Amino acid sequence: MENKEASRKAPRGFERDETSESALGTSGASGASGVEVEHTSSGDILLMKPYDSANVDARVRVNKAYKMFIGGAFVRSESGRYFQVEGAPSEEDLGADPATVNVPRGSRKDVRDAVLAARSALVSWERRTAYNRGQILYRLAEVMESRRPELTQSLVRGGETPAEAASQVNVSIDRVVFYAGFADKFFALLASSNPVAGPHFNFSVPEPMGTIGVIAPDRPALLGLVSTILPIITGGNTCVALAGERDPRTSIVWSECLATSDIPGGVVNILTGHANELAVHFAKHREVAGIDAWMVDPNLRRAVESEGADSVKRVTTRVPMDAEAWSNERKAQGLGWIERFLETKTIWHPVGV
Amino acid sequence: MIASRGVSTLEDQSDIGETGESLKCDDSVSYSEGAPAFNADAPRRGGVGSMYALFAPPAVDAVALEERAASLGKRSLKGETKLAGLRLAVAMMDLTTLEGKDTPGKVNQLCEKARIPLYQDPSVGPCAAICVYPNHVVTAKARLAGSSVKVASVATAFPSGQSPLDIKLADTRRAVDFGADEIDMVIDRGAMLVGDFARVFDEISATKEACGHAHLKVILETGELGSYDLIRKASELAIAAGADFIKTSTGKIQPAATPPVTLLMLEVIRDHYYASGRRIGMKPAGGVRTAKQALHYLVLVKETLGDAWLTPDLFRFGASALLNDVLMQLEKQRTGNYQAADDFSKD
Repeated sequence: MENKEASRKAPRGFERDETSESALGTSGASGASGVEVEHTSSGDILLMKPYDSANVDARVRVNKAYKMFIGGAFVRSESGRYFQVEGAPSEEDLGADPATVNVPRGSRKDVRDAVLAARSALVSWERRTAYNRGQILYRLAEVMESRRPELTQSLVRGGETPAEAASQVNVSIDRVVFYAGFADKFFALLASSNPVAGPHFNFSVPEPMGTIGVIAPDRPALLGLVSTILPIITGGNTCVALAGERDPRTSIVWSECLATSDIPGGVVNILTGHANELAVHFAKHREVAGIDAWMVDPNLRRAVESEGADSVKRVTTRVPMDAEAWSNERKAQGLGWIERFLETKTIWHPVGV
Repeated sequence: MIASRGVSTLEDQSDIGETGESLKCDDSVSYSEGAPAFNADAPRRGGVGSMYALFAPPAVDAVALEERAASLGKRSLKGETKLAGLRLAVAMMDLTTLEGKDTPGKVNQLCEKARIPLYQDPSVGPCAAICVYPNHVVTAKARLAGSSVKVASVATAFPSGQSPLDIKLADTRRAVDFGADEIDMVIDRGAMLVGDFARVFDEISATKEACGHAHLKVILETGELGSYDLIRKASELAIAAGADFIKTSTGKIQPAATPPVTLLMLEVIRDHYYASGRRIGMKPAGGVRTAKQALHYLVLVKETLGDAWLTPDLFRFGASALLNDVLMQLEKQRTGNYQAADDFSKD
């Protein structure tokens, strides 16, 4: 009977007692100095200090090691290099990262690995039915919806106001849904049956180009990534993206959405690092069929164009739009975005055969 | 009874070379009289004691073997060394097509690829040989006339080896008659597994005899032998029975060539060299697909047997997909750009 009483009482020890100076009340001040044996007022022995939400330092926080997303796995840079990203946690941001986090600084060989992963994912992705691709993309929107707080929090820490961050996440999720719906419709809009002189049917059909490289704009961190990557994979291509440098952390949080959606590993690969170091390696790699680069530096844009010319890539380099334009449905999404990385195949077929 | 005959033939090699009589394992089969079963010029092997050891080898230390094979794969070869290794790998390649759908067209194309693997850089290659079924030897031989590329033919009821000996020998002789420079034979893994080692030995030596001047590579099909001990025993048997090369696999069974198995076979070759002074070649086949793997194998050879074996005469890769990956790496080194697989011909 007494044992039963004690066990029923035990949970009470985890409640913070504001009125009396219990062992729990003072434990927070002693910091995270390891396990101490303490006695509650009921006489039970606690081997670990209970979680005290007012004194988060009472426990050692588990910080996330931010990693790049290659071939469906989270990996560090092959080079072992990192760069620092600032972003102080706010008052409500309890238990999150420290003010500065390390993010992998991708290297030429990371680009190579990611392109290889994207190339091997290509065949199964482009051969899926368009309808199935649409379902998978919609699943991504579902996962993003359920991870909304995390995405918003990351954007705030990257420098957005809470209102901007919330709106950016909303627009991003809507954009994913937009492309999910477009996955089995763009074909009908872009393909054509052409009139020709002579007894032939003549069809033009769009086909994915292959593996496409993306140099994402710095801002908006999430929406820029979503707006550039989604139309590429909607068309059946696979993609290697270099996240913007100012808030790469958000790209990694978004990678966790990709990893937990049904998108096969390798279809989207996300690297973090410096565009001025890596952009030319995207351009030089012969396996990359096209590049969508959003970069401020004109010299870098020129370098990507000239290096890409060697392997006859479809290179588009652009000066990043402002945040408002990225949110604009007329400017930052649409059929043209999908068409940009499709190849049109025209077939002549004799009539009556 | 047969086993003791196998041992006794080893004890005095010169006798076998002269008569060829003691090699018969089936009276219904006749052998070409007087053809030497072994390379008559080869140095004499060791005495009775060392021969006895062939049939009772100590157990292979699997953990140490795998550890060493893996540790030798951790070297990073860069720049000039890497280039030299890749060029050597091309020169050591037995470009292989062994499929039911092989056609003269495909064999011809493969021959051209073996002659000039990389048209952008004619200094690469040619490959060591192309490896085909007997029916395609004539095509390949005609196409490769005037080049240094050899024609290797599989024989002895490849890939299973489960046919009567006379058929296997006829298979071998026909391939040689067609013009094959090298014969890749398979051993009877079933006989190996039930412990009928003498039968395996006799079949290898009979095939060696049937090869005449053609080089003999003996495929052990290590993936089917089940243990390192048996792989080692098979390697020793094959070498003792007259193999010029020992080869891991047919490529039809997984696992095929792996670094530990290759290292083990290289060590048998090394031991045999120390005992006899005769250099046996090695050919890992199947499963070597990337340039990086190829360099790993070259490191294994270099560390186990030294520079003397780093030549197409004593080391070969049996591969089909490997060549393109090596060529892509060579082009990467030459141009500085990573290459696309689509830019390289499939065959």
